[in-house]
Amino acid sequence: MPKETLGSTWTAIALRNAIHSGDVSALEVCESYLDRIQETDAMWNSMTAVFRDEVLAQAAAVDQARRTTTQRQPLLGVPVTIKDVLCTRGNLTTAASRILSGFRPPYDATVVSRLKQAGAIIIGKTNCDEFAMGSSTEHSAYGPSKNPWDPTRTPGGSSGGAAAAVAARFAPVSIGTDTGGSIRQPAAFCGVVGLKPTYGRVSRYGLLAFASSLDQVGPLTLTVADAALVLTVISGLDPADATSADQPVPDYTSALTGTVADLRIGVPRKMVDAGDSGLDGEILGAFNRALEVFREAGATLVDIELPHASHAVPTYYLVAPAEASSNLARYDGIRFGARSTHNETSDESDSSALSLMYNRTRKLGFGPEVKRRIMLGTYALSAGYYDAYYLKAQQVRNLIRHDYDLVFGNERGPHVHVIALPTTPTPAFQLGEHSENPLAMYLRDVFTVSANLTGLPAISIPTGFTEKRLPIGLQLVGRAFDEETLLRVGDAYERRTPWNKQSPKGVDPKQQVGQATQDN
Amino acid sequence: MANRLTRADVDRIASLAHLELTDDEAELFTQQLAEILGYAERLQKVDTSEIDATWQLHTSLNRVRSDSLAPSLSKNDVLSNAPDGKADRNNEIGSFFRVPLVLD
Repeated sequence: MPKETLGSTWTAIALRNAIHSGDVSALEVCESYLDRIQETDAMWNSMTAVFRDEVLAQAAAVDQARRTTTQRQPLLGVPVTIKDVLCTRGNLTTAASRILSGFRPPYDATVVSRLKQAGAIIIGKTNCDEFAMGSSTEHSAYGPSKNPWDPTRTPGGSSGGAAAAVAARFAPVSIGTDTGGSIRQPAAFCGVVGLKPTYGRVSRYGLLAFASSLDQVGPLTLTVADAALVLTVISGLDPADATSADQPVPDYTSALTGTVADLRIGVPRKMVDAGDSGLDGEILGAFNRALEVFREAGATLVDIELPHASHAVPTYYLVAPAEASSNLARYDGIRFGARSTHNETSDESDSSALSLMYNRTRKLGFGPEVKRRIMLGTYALSAGYYDAYYLKAQQVRNLIRHDYDLVFGNERGPHVHVIALPTTPTPAFQLGEHSENPLAMYLRDVFTVSANLTGLPAISIPTGFTEKRLPIGLQLVGRAFDEETLLRVGDAYERRTPWNKQSPKGVDPKQQVGQATQDN
Repeated sequence: MANRLTRADVDRIASLAHLELTDDEAELFTQQLAEILGYAERLQKVDTSEIDATWQLHTSLNRVRSDSLAPSLSKNDVLSNAPDGKADRNNEIGSFFRVPLVLD
């Protein structure tokens, strides 16, 4: 094939097959992606590190091994990017925070080592909100990423660099993390697929923790089939993560039958139509058209109620910061990362030098959003406020979980198999639009946080464009550990719609680099 | 229910969290956190008198592992990222992380 088009429309499965058969070499694949990153990432700022020399050496080794062995790994030679909150051995891993400047972890996250064992080539790290706290990638020490569909807008967050990197065709697969929507919302904003697996499906070992009962690792891809392939590779019990689930790992790609005629899809009408969700009319239109696609494919649409859905955002913004304030206590300038020492001569306080070092390190190391959440979480956990805020939120969380239990049914069979929702109430917003008002940004997580509070798997898939040609996401939420049905429904939708076959103007191989910005 | 968050609360919380805030930051957080907590007040109206808190998402019991020896990171690996570690890695009494003086 002509090398200049390589990678532009290629899925991980297509690349893997071509490398297996020898139609392309891993080296030319990786060179093509590395060249595209080098030529265009100045526009998107999606990558925090690119491992060019290592990648070329690994790709050459893949090609050498392919000629001498019959081994055909599931992601052989496929370039993958990793969100900068996941440890990559010996490579800079900073969580986009100054407090981890210079940190080179001595081990790989389990998800990274599983990808490598499957033949994937880690080509670089992606930008994100600091410690994954944010919905816009604006809270990054590396500066904001930009949306490949419109560089004046955010790619979303916190896995904004990961979503932009897939949309810009820097790799067919990005690994992100999702604590309150951080895979699904950027996937929706950038017109790609984003999967948050069930809590415990994928090991969190080597993930720089934000909120340990909510965090989950998952793939961003161009197609649902690629997400299924990657999930098969990265899932499973891990002795290093006590919360990883001891559940069998099926071949998720074999679940993609294309049929939904036997399935019931729940639609929480009241939640979608509620005035306070701020749902954009174009998003609602796209959502309703997606439901029609399912109806025509033979699925049964069922009206469902999630009575406590409106409590999800306030519950999330107490639980997540509480867990964050505890997790981020480890960044104290002693064992890793940056340390700031105070000026001893000007110190008239009776605090110890150690205490002053902690305070100064954290003052200079953390950005404003991380500080805000540490403060909020510390308050919610502090004596006298714990019952009213943290405990109350954990109780309401149980009510939210109960809503979903009722809808998904019991051992006699589910009432519905998946729930359909918009991923976001609006398309990608302008960079800086919410920088003065954190609460306004939090409220936009209305459709995504419940899947984290309940631990349920959820996926965002492209479902059209606004008049300004901004991507729109359709979200599906599934039963715990039933990613097979979730992916089957997503794939069936994708087969019947054209949305995931479109790419932003700037990455069209027929266009010259740089033209996209001139159009805007 | 809690009263509106004050600047004194913010200063107290910052000290609990080992965060040194500038005056401007403390003023801004007082206003922003009060707004966020005010929004979260709506949870107080939810009747949770008979409801357990969510402590765990899986119903499975805790897993225990056998207490057996397994490889772990080397001392050099562990100390390799210490911000003030290099000088102390191999001195005469051993390898340590170094911290500012705690006791006089």
